[in-house]
Amino acid sequence: MQLTLFWFFSLLMIGFGAGVVVLRNPVACALSLVASFLALAALFVTLDAYFIAIIQVLVTAGAVMVLFLFIIMLLNLKAEERRRVKLSAMLGGGLIVGCFLELLSSTLSTSPLFSQPLPPLTEPVHSDVAMIGLTLFHSFNLPFQVIGVLLLVATIGVVLLSRQTLK
Amino acid sequence: MLTLSHYLMASGILFALGLAGVMLRRNIIIVFMCLEMMLSATNLSLVAFSRYGLVQGHANYQAQILVFFIITVAAAEVAVGLAIIVALFRAKQTTHSEDLNSLKF
Repeated sequence: MQLTLFWFFSLLMIGFGAGVVVLRNPVACALSLVASFLALAALFVTLDAYFIAIIQVLVTAGAVMVLFLFIIMLLNLKAEERRRVKLSAMLGGGLIVGCFLELLSSTLSTSPLFSQPLPPLTEPVHSDVAMIGLTLFHSFNLPFQVIGVLLLVATIGVVLLSRQTLK
Repeated sequence: MLTLSHYLMASGILFALGLAGVMLRRNIIIVFMCLEMMLSATNLSLVAFSRYGLVQGHANYQAQILVFFIITVAAAEVAVGLAIIVALFRAKQTTHSEDLNSLKF
C-alpha cells in the first residue's frame, strides 16, 4: 500500500516537475509547480512528517506560488517565443545532469544503509507537532530568533527595492 | 519494500530536473521557479533521512527543524528575488536572460 502511494505521488511530482522545465507559458509552469509541490507534500505524509507537509502546502504551494503568479500577471508575460536553444547549453546541461544522476545511483547502490526497510515508529505519531515545537524552542531557540530577524530584513529590503526611484 | 534509496532517488531526480531547468530555460522567473524546485528536493531527502534514522522510537526531529528553516529562508529569498525581478523589468522591459548583457565582457 505504502509502496503504491510512493510510486503514485513520486511519479506525479516528477511529471509535473518536468512540466515546469518543458512548458512555454509561464502561468502553466507556475501551476505545474504548484501540482508538483502538492505531490511532494503527499510524499511528506507518507514519511509521517505531517507538520512539514502542512507547512509545504500552506507556505510553498500557497503563499510563494501565489506570489509568483501575481508577479507573472503583473509583468504581463507572454508565452516565450521559440528561440534557438543553444546546442552548447543543451549538451552541458545534459552532461551535468546525467553525471549527477549516475553518481547518485552508484552511491545509493554501494551501502546497505540505503536499502533498509522503513523502521516502525514505536512512539505515537500524534505528537508530531508537539515534538517539533519542543525541539524548536529547546534546542533551536537562537536560530529561530535569527530567522525572525532575517524575515524582518527581507521585508525591509523588499519595500526598499520596490520603491519607484532607488536612491 | 519501501527503502531509503527510493526517496533519495526521487529527490535526486527532482533536483536534477530543477538543475536542468536552471541551465536550459531563459526566462528569469522560470529559472527562479526551478531554484524553488531544487530547494524542495533537498527538503524531501532531509525528511527521508529523519524518518529512516529514528531517535528513541520517533523520527529525528532535528532534521525536520532544518527543513522548517529551509522553507522560511526560501520564502524570504523568493520575496527579495521577485522584487529584484520587478525592478529589473522596470529598468529593462525584459525578463529574458539573454537580453541582460550589460555586464558581459
